[in-house]
Amino acid sequence: MRYTGKVWKFGDNINTDEIIPARYLNTSDPAELARHCMEDADPDFPDKVRPGDIIVAGQNFGCGSSREHAPIALKAAGVACVIAGSFARIFYRNAFNMGLPILECPGAAGRIAEGDTVTVELDSGRIILAQASGELAAQPIPPFMRSLIDAGGLMNYVKKKTIR
Amino acid sequence: MGMTIVEKILAAHAGLDRVVPGQLIEARVDRVLANDITAPIAIREFRQAGASRVFDPQRIILVPDHFAPNKDIASAEQCRLLREFAREQQLANYFEVGRMGIEHALLPEQGLVLPGEIIIGADSHTCTHGALGAFATGVGSTDVAAAMIAGELWFKVPETMRFMFSGELRPWVSGKDLILYIIGDIGVDGALYRAMEFGGDAIDRLSMDGRLTMANMAIEAGGKCGIFATDAVTESYLKGRTAQAWKPVAADADAGYCCVKHYRCADIEPQVAFPHSPDNTRPVSAVGTVPIHQAVIGSCTNGRIEDLRTAAAVLKGRTTAPGVRLIVFPATQAIYLQALREGLLETFIEAEAVVSTPTCGPCLGGHMGILARGETAIATTNRNFVGRMGHPGSFVYLANPAVTAASAVLGRIGSPDEL
Repeated sequence: MRYTGKVWKFGDNINTDEIIPARYLNTSDPAELARHCMEDADPDFPDKVRPGDIIVAGQNFGCGSSREHAPIALKAAGVACVIAGSFARIFYRNAFNMGLPILECPGAAGRIAEGDTVTVELDSGRIILAQASGELAAQPIPPFMRSLIDAGGLMNYVKKKTIR
Repeated sequence: MGMTIVEKILAAHAGLDRVVPGQLIEARVDRVLANDITAPIAIREFRQAGASRVFDPQRIILVPDHFAPNKDIASAEQCRLLREFAREQQLANYFEVGRMGIEHALLPEQGLVLPGEIIIGADSHTCTHGALGAFATGVGSTDVAAAMIAGELWFKVPETMRFMFSGELRPWVSGKDLILYIIGDIGVDGALYRAMEFGGDAIDRLSMDGRLTMANMAIEAGGKCGIFATDAVTESYLKGRTAQAWKPVAADADAGYCCVKHYRCADIEPQVAFPHSPDNTRPVSAVGTVPIHQAVIGSCTNGRIEDLRTAAAVLKGRTTAPGVRLIVFPATQAIYLQALREGLLETFIEAEAVVSTPTCGPCLGGHMGILARGETAIATTNRNFVGRMGHPGSFVYLANPAVTAASAVLGRIGSPDEL
């Protein structure tokens, strides 16, 4: 899988209350959640983001609550991929389970600027910088996670194993 | 080399003699928990997968606690989904309003957590249950759906960090202060992907309520779980709550830790976490002048009987400062009733506090005490992110029940010693 998109930058420790504030959790409707995506970190984000855009952030992206509404909101807002220095672990699991592509790349926030157009190769973990000015190598996706993706996500994996 | 508590529990549930950090395993789960925010997605995934029965109706626990009693029509619909699913699947542990409490106070109280178990919950504060020596961790709704079907889930065995506390606690210091002190030290990602094991002579003397508070906030350091070895405190807590047999858990003497931190309790004052991060901590004596509009005592972190007793001891014979709204929310119906019988509710009401039904409401800016733009709250809750308790332009400070109660009386953040 290969994505090319415009970058929105965020800092360290972006938490799930910023990604989707709890006041909107009386629904799990993706389109409704998308309307408030990242609103407490950047109130204009829901209006600015375009399908295929890429988020680049610092350490510990997605910390805080376990709400799967966070990756759902990002995906429904059209975010193609999140690149961060590190991810909070529940968010990391949820993103894989929901099929939101994420890449761990400690150097990305320092090398990529807001508005850059970058290309991401999920399989190799290669990130090609704006105007082909260089490349970054993200952490490769662990083989087990790859097998989940190959099965079509966690639910399909479980279905194959248990429901006959 | 021996194993840590978490490694032992994970190995036993994966049918393996031993596991090592980094290893990916599939493990049996003993309890699967979800609430009115996260269960609706799990139920939808369950149905979309074509599943018809949960793997074991005794082991699924559904608690409508976040926006319950229903705060609006949309929340009412979410709660109805849980109720109907519980009936359809004949779940033994669905807790309706009236029996309900905040899930992480309710489960231990009801004897639904035993040492050595694996508990997963679609709520990040599921790590609370590690206080009883269980491996308990937060997951997403899809993980819960998968576990409801299969009765097992994949895990990466975490490295374990050990936190040792020695010496006597200073006045007004509680489990809340010890965990805030750790988070202030290592940061909100200081335990990312790792297990946090707590020990030392000060921990041996810490009450179960204090341990539950500490394990509760492991997630605020990024931890996968917080865990305690079992001891006489565990035994006495479980007595009368469960008829099931359980085995003690402890780390091997030669277990491998990725790091060991030693703290002296003599160095630890009551802690206050400043906006907008739980690791932005200062001792209460270094807070300066911070006027408040609201004080909140309760939540899965600090809504247990010991917390209410402490708050009441500070508030007895005093009243809330003009301009301060004090909201107390006992975490379960049993705690509420106990507080009533002990006269604590009378103390709160005489202090001009309002006492709420059990709910997660105010902690996550859901209902029952939302902050307006520019307002400041001190709370015994667990997160002080931007917008956590209301308007994105409001401010939340985290503290223990004694400091929060004292601050309500002072009208600014301060210690009970200043009263």
